[in-house]
Amino acid sequence: MNTESLWKDLLKEVDITLPVKQDKIRDNIVKSVYQTAEKIAAETVTLTTEKGIDRERKIDDVLTSRLWGFPIMFGLLLIVFWITIAGANYPSAFLAEKLFWIESRLTEIFIELNAPTWVHGFLVQGVYRVMSWVISVMLPPMAIFFPLFTLLEDAGYLPRVAFNLDRFFKKAGAHGKQALTMSMGFGCNAAGVIACRIIESPRERLIAVLTNVFVPCNGRFPTLIGLSAVFIGGSAALFVKSALATVAVACLVVFGVAVTLIVSRFLSSTLAKGVPSSFTLELPPFRKPQIGQVIVRSMLDRTLFVLTRAVIVAAPAGGIIWIMANISVGGTSALSFCAAWLDPFARHLGLDGFILMAFILGLPANEIVFPILIMGYLQGTALMELESLEALRHLLVDQHGWTWLTALCTMLFSLCHWPCGTTLLTIRREQHSWFWMFMAAVIPTAAGVVLCAIVTYFVRSLGLV
Amino acid sequence: MKHKEISLIAENDTIIALAGNPNTGKSTLFNMLTGLRQHTGNWPGKTVFQAKGSFIYKGKKYVLVDLPGTYSLLASSVEEKIARDFICFGRPDATVVVLDATCLERNLNLALQVMEISERIIVCINLIDEARRKHLDVDTGKLSETLGMPVVATAARNGEGLAELLKVISEVVAGNCRPKPKTVRYSPEIEKAVAKLKPKIKNLLGDQVNPRWIALRLLEGDTSIEPYIKKIMKNKVRKAKLREVLA
Amino acid sequence: MKEMSLKNMPEGSAGLVKRITTQGMVRRRLMDLGLVPGSRVEVVRRSPLGDPVAYKIRGAIIALREEETDRVIVKPFI
Repeated sequence: MNTESLWKDLLKEVDITLPVKQDKIRDNIVKSVYQTAEKIAAETVTLTTEKGIDRERKIDDVLTSRLWGFPIMFGLLLIVFWITIAGANYPSAFLAEKLFWIESRLTEIFIELNAPTWVHGFLVQGVYRVMSWVISVMLPPMAIFFPLFTLLEDAGYLPRVAFNLDRFFKKAGAHGKQALTMSMGFGCNAAGVIACRIIESPRERLIAVLTNVFVPCNGRFPTLIGLSAVFIGGSAALFVKSALATVAVACLVVFGVAVTLIVSRFLSSTLAKGVPSSFTLELPPFRKPQIGQVIVRSMLDRTLFVLTRAVIVAAPAGGIIWIMANISVGGTSALSFCAAWLDPFARHLGLDGFILMAFILGLPANEIVFPILIMGYLQGTALMELESLEALRHLLVDQHGWTWLTALCTMLFSLCHWPCGTTLLTIRREQHSWFWMFMAAVIPTAAGVVLCAIVTYFVRSLGLV
Repeated sequence: MKHKEISLIAENDTIIALAGNPNTGKSTLFNMLTGLRQHTGNWPGKTVFQAKGSFIYKGKKYVLVDLPGTYSLLASSVEEKIARDFICFGRPDATVVVLDATCLERNLNLALQVMEISERIIVCINLIDEARRKHLDVDTGKLSETLGMPVVATAARNGEGLAELLKVISEVVAGNCRPKPKTVRYSPEIEKAVAKLKPKIKNLLGDQVNPRWIALRLLEGDTSIEPYIKKIMKNKVRKAKLREVLA
Repeated sequence: MKEMSLKNMPEGSAGLVKRITTQGMVRRRLMDLGLVPGSRVEVVRRSPLGDPVAYKIRGAIIALREEETDRVIVKPFI
């Protein structure tokens, strides 16, 4: 007897035994279980007083109300970003100063040791410099943003966001839980892609996976924050400046959500066609977050994890960039040569060759896009103590002809381009498909190219720049 | 992914599964018992695949598997299938069903379903502090009697009841405490059909799985258990052949 | 009061589930959530845009879209 025939026999046996249709039996079973549960609960649980149950309901009445639901959501977004941006200023400057101080000590040591110039250049000006950039730019905002976000998460606010936004997602042919996976994407798109497992229907899960990159992850926030700080607010006081930068970043995030919905809509009528599946979402009771736990956990699990990953990727990338900046191809460095080659195309997108190249070389991790750009502009030779925004502004505007359009297009392209290498590999693993991994890179890039080109031509034709 | 993780557990480890609805503080309990620090967010579905950790109690090592939070075990979603398959076919030494004390009626639904699969179960009424805050009184003694299971009330966040829980787990694993689950009775026609199928299933599959539970799944037309059943059949056939050859 | 679909129940009202008029996966999921004939369901609140709606089903608050609640027939309490 083989198993196949044994199984078939068993099924036949079941068929004969069936008293009624199988659907009926299932209904019956579920009903009986629930009724038994109901009976047992009624016998064992007693409510001693009616007070106190409505408190949670009242919180929800406000958080998801017609009038306040959306303003509160946007308000919380603003508050979280503002605390992050304003709070990160000083520690960032402090870290940069200390790390560059160490760099000059390292340089002294290398001179002392009579090390060849290229060893010093590769290790200190390449590897170390990019690493310290990444740490000083990323660590403070992450150390602030992740705990704040974890507080909201632990309190139970995220499902309310999904509840408020589901209508939009439904219209886009997507699942409301996509709002949860997008929230995870704020931390890291790879984490957001993994979180897509909570969406049961494969079609809607695919849409959520392919569009997660439109949420700016932590690796891209510093770029967005830095550029808004340089280009918005001008010479206003620091407080006003960070407030304006906050609004700019928050608007960009809202714009990213809009792009997500549009692209989801497009996907659900083309590549991921099908009927919407059923939607169920539990709104768990609010719990008081354990603040101490939240801070420790979000620092260790998230901040250090993401930072370590960034540093591991940034270190070799820094070395490679240094080599590219210092190898000559017919008189110009390899870096300039590639940038010059990309330049004509990049101009159509409101960018320049160096910016586009920085995005391409930043494939391993988005964190290093901006450091690469700076290194490209400086050719790794000039001094690069860009601890102040003013110095950054000088480099971009005065030396490399940036306008507000360049900044806007860089931010838009940062929001809409291929996901980082880790995210792509995660998509490949989650979807078991090279094709969808490829599409996950093509779709946002196409969106970014089209968007930047339209904005550039529109602005230029109106003569605004 | 999941199967690889299961196979990482050594043969002679004592395995305890943690099952429960979403948001019952299951992950918090897991963290408290194992000392691991799995992140616990307050949104449904965050334990998407099971976490694994271990703890030592009275010199014995226990491996704790945190299953995804589910409302039921009827395998209509990925999480439900993972949780169900592990309890049924992963054959843990005991399963702790974590229930939310503030929402017992809904949570008991899952407990009753787990009780159908396995006998070695401990019911853990968690968030008992929340229940007290909401003026809900849970009669654990009566619940234990009604279910035929050991019931422990805990507040995992501040460690309340965990010592008792560990003691009960060790007793169930050692066989000093034998739960006698009082499972759900269905309509007479279903019960009749189950009674008819049970001996045949037992004959085919042996003691490895609960024949009543298999009979119910087959009757309701749940085909997702097919690969497991076939695997058990294959093993039995192989053993039978071996015996033939030896004889 | 006459039976009606859960979708049409006003905010704040409650009733008993009579039957579910769909088959397959959606029916399964609804029943797994506790929407079985005889269970009490309460309309807790609408989302800002009107859909989905949050219901209290067996002690938990669960949001459902109108496509699903249209298929749940309820007898409202007066």
